[in-house]
Amino acid sequence: MAAEGNSIDALSQFSLTPVLGAVGNSVGFTQSTAHMLLAVGVVTLLMMWGMSRRAIVPGRLQAMAESAYEFVHDLAVGQIGDEGKRYFPFIFSLFMFILLGNLLGLLPYGFAFTSHIAVTFGLAALVFVIVTIVALSIHGLHFFSYFFPEGAPKALAPLIIPIEIISYLSRPVSLSVRLFANMVAGHVMLEVFAAFVVMIGGAAGVLGILGATLPLAVNVALVGFELLVAFLQAYVFAILTSIYLHDAVHLH
Amino acid sequence: MKPRALKPWLLLAAAVLAFVPCLALAAEPHLAEPVPGMPQLAFGHPEQGRFLIASIVWLFIIFGILYYVMATYALPGVAQVLETRRARIEGDLEQAQAAKQRADAALAEHEAATARARAEAQAAVTSATQHAQAEAAEKAEALNARLNAQIEEAEQRIAASRDSAMAALRSVAADTAEALVKRLTGGADRAAVDQAVGAELAARGRA
Repeated sequence: MAAEGNSIDALSQFSLTPVLGAVGNSVGFTQSTAHMLLAVGVVTLLMMWGMSRRAIVPGRLQAMAESAYEFVHDLAVGQIGDEGKRYFPFIFSLFMFILLGNLLGLLPYGFAFTSHIAVTFGLAALVFVIVTIVALSIHGLHFFSYFFPEGAPKALAPLIIPIEIISYLSRPVSLSVRLFANMVAGHVMLEVFAAFVVMIGGAAGVLGILGATLPLAVNVALVGFELLVAFLQAYVFAILTSIYLHDAVHLH
Repeated sequence: MKPRALKPWLLLAAAVLAFVPCLALAAEPHLAEPVPGMPQLAFGHPEQGRFLIASIVWLFIIFGILYYVMATYALPGVAQVLETRRARIEGDLEQAQAAKQRADAALAEHEAATARARAEAQAAVTSATQHAQAEAAEKAEALNARLNAQIEEAEQRIAASRDSAMAALRSVAADTAEALVKRLTGGADRAAVDQAVGAELAARGRA
């Protein structure tokens, strides 16, 4: 699929293909959906099976589950304050879902559902709606003062208010595009260098095989880099959500 | 939210949830017609567009499941474990503190008892010494008194002996003088001799 003829097709890896036969096709159950389910299953297994012993001195799996919990908990409470505890399950679910989505994409035959703008924008829109609802439910109509910072000169209102509204509305776009673009770029790079390995390796005999080690080495480094990106992007998504929630709870 | 106990069916469901996609992915993929450009943006494509919309719907369903399971079952359980551990550590620390205080108290008590015992022993030694000294002094005094009494008695006896000896001396002297006078004069007046002897003795200070 990667190299057809002499052109590298790095994008077809993102096309959705239905699984589970005709049933899957009819309900749009694709490999992306399957990986979402897999992510949920893995997270649930980690958090439930890992914690099932409820040991005072944790084993490895329990330590992993606990450190995930404490990592996101510290993030949420640190950014939002004490009210962050209310939103912690949401932020935790987001973080783990995106992290697993990114990581599963790095496994052989895996698919990163976070490389789809439809998915990342769905999540970002969810965040946007929840943040707005939280802000409205806490502050009521006073929430709209968010768009005009206190103490700014009244004369600048026609300028400031549209800017603030646009920046508020562009949050889901930047949130979703950042994750989507990072994942797409990473997987395109992996695909391109993998295609180089095949093309060079198949082209010139022994010399070709020697030459193919170079893109292979690049790919090895890229996988390590992508592991970092996978974690970092999940973290960025979670921390930006926390910051938005902080704004919603405290209004500036 | 109140933490709930771990449900075995939930674990089973999670395992199935994790397994089904693997099965599905292992099956031969449906070969879709190639999508021009980025498949992620092919919302207008008859098949790909349908899958993209479906993936958004599935996303909300699946993410909703994840959120429900995390918020209801998983996270409260973790919170409970962490809370239990925190309480346990605090309890242990308190216990250790209490034990240390008990040990300190016991040590202080022990030291006080030692000091008391030492003082008592000191007092006993002092009193025993005093007692012994007093006893010794008493005995010495009694001995002294007895010896003095004996000395005095002996002196009295000596004085009595001397007095009787002196008394006997007078009669012996009178007898001797009478005998001498009788031999010289042929007769002697006992009373006159007696008197003369007495006068003589008195003159010599021996009466």
